[in-house]
Amino acid sequence: MSYRKKETTFVVSQKSISDGIYDLRVKTDAAKECLPGQFVGVFPPSDSKMLMRPISICEADGDVLRMVYRTAGEGTKLLSGLKEGDSVDLLSILGNGFPIAEAKEKKIAIFGGGIGIPPMLYTSKEAGKLAAETEIYLGFRNSDIFLADEFAPYGTVNVVTEDGSVGYRGNVLDAIKERGYRPDVIYACGPMPMLRAIKKFAEEISAKAYISLEERMACGVGACLGCVCKTTKTDEHSHVNNARVCTEGPVFDAADVDI
Amino acid sequence: MDTRVNIAGVEFKNPVMTASGTFGSGMEYVDFVDLNRLGAVVTKGVANVPWPGNPTPRVTETPSGMLNAIGLQNPGVDVFMERDLEFLSHYDVPVIVNVCGKTVEQYLEVVEKLNDTDVSMYEINVSCPNVKEGAIAFGQKADALFDITKRIKEVSKKPVIMKLSPNVTDITEMAKAAEAAGADAISLINTITGMKIDIYRRNFVLANKTGGLSGPAIRPVAVRMVYQCANAVKIPIIGMGGIQTAEDALEFIMAGATAVSVGAVNFANPYATVEVIEGIEKYLEKTKTESVKELIGCVR
Repeated sequence: MSYRKKETTFVVSQKSISDGIYDLRVKTDAAKECLPGQFVGVFPPSDSKMLMRPISICEADGDVLRMVYRTAGEGTKLLSGLKEGDSVDLLSILGNGFPIAEAKEKKIAIFGGGIGIPPMLYTSKEAGKLAAETEIYLGFRNSDIFLADEFAPYGTVNVVTEDGSVGYRGNVLDAIKERGYRPDVIYACGPMPMLRAIKKFAEEISAKAYISLEERMACGVGACLGCVCKTTKTDEHSHVNNARVCTEGPVFDAADVDI
Repeated sequence: MDTRVNIAGVEFKNPVMTASGTFGSGMEYVDFVDLNRLGAVVTKGVANVPWPGNPTPRVTETPSGMLNAIGLQNPGVDVFMERDLEFLSHYDVPVIVNVCGKTVEQYLEVVEKLNDTDVSMYEINVSCPNVKEGAIAFGQKADALFDITKRIKEVSKKPVIMKLSPNVTDITEMAKAAEAAGADAISLINTITGMKIDIYRRNFVLANKTGGLSGPAIRPVAVRMVYQCANAVKIPIIGMGGIQTAEDALEFIMAGATAVSVGAVNFANPYATVEVIEGIEKYLEKTKTESVKELIGCVR
């Protein structure tokens, strides 16, 4: 049974874990059924704001759903003010998730760039269980690191900072090339330039790369066609070269999208 | 307590329909509502061939509303018939197909293909502001609107609703042109053209630069336009624009609408359509009103 509902629930906890980055935990049975790479829609506590904010799932523990997000605009700013016990509306479970099964007995690389890192925690946990070898690359701008220590149980963690203040200097692609690691399967989430570079890298080493895209959304469930991305082939649902990031995605085979 | 309404000989179990573009063909909302409960499903705009729509970003929130510039992406009438109409045929709900095109011939092609199906009515999209050809280009001049209405009525085997744009100087002029050309009903309002600028990127938020504004922000404009049209033409009106609750829907009905379409609110509350229906039922009960028909245009 697929879990799809809008529900009013409550905040279990919220705290800031870095500058403008918040760790929000809410109570929902969606946590029992969600998969790595899926997301939920969180409604800001405001009468004049109609739309849900799509936030990726960082971790799911029993009936507690954990999200780590950045205050990017007014809506997420309002969300960051929610406290333990406050009511919050969720639209869940959205999106397709990473194909974890593809990690079975393979050498995998997990890439997270900046605010793309949170969903890779759940992904590392699940894919790491199946993979033969797991290397995790987490890219940050500077020493404002968050979540990195939590990845340790799931694979070899490589922190990468653009300014070289912590770990490898440069970006996550620089690090994997320096280490000479050649994965069979890649799972990635982060800024578009990073995803483009990963797509190219995967082509060079003939690896499968699964990337999580984002796009401004309205309905979140596949009806409004607001959040499309360009596809390399005609999409089965749309019959044009577009796919819905909220439904056919947010995770795509990098070879199938035109980025 | 009777919620039934009749438009051009088609009976609807209640006056609540879905607004084109906000509900797909219903597939994505079956997890939330029972389609059999709805007055009608008004589908996303269908063209003669697949249309890719506009580049993204296509949507952005604005105070008490949102802008969209989807650009009428749709899979084309052939896929629509094979997949979407087939899906809807399993439900006991009238289907109104929204039709779009760049030229009159393209609209006619869609209408002719759908004529022998179980579709209840056509809603002709002459008001989407997000495409360069067709749609609103037909709806901003009374003579163009008259012409396309007449030509569609000539070939259509089903009642025709003309969906009007608010982006005109006098919507009653358009309503009269549609009526004179033989339209069986009109629906209004489509979205109001708007724009949002990102002051940090110093750029338009939408790739299309402008988009159509929906949501509570437009409701007073929509109610006013429904009222004006109800006093200008005799044909039935389907009213829409920012309806979120039964109370909102009843405003439109009292202003002169026979039915209403519920749209952008589905993104905020996927249960809204049924909640509006239930709210209207409660209102009729509470106020001991026997039929919703008594309320149509009761505010003068």
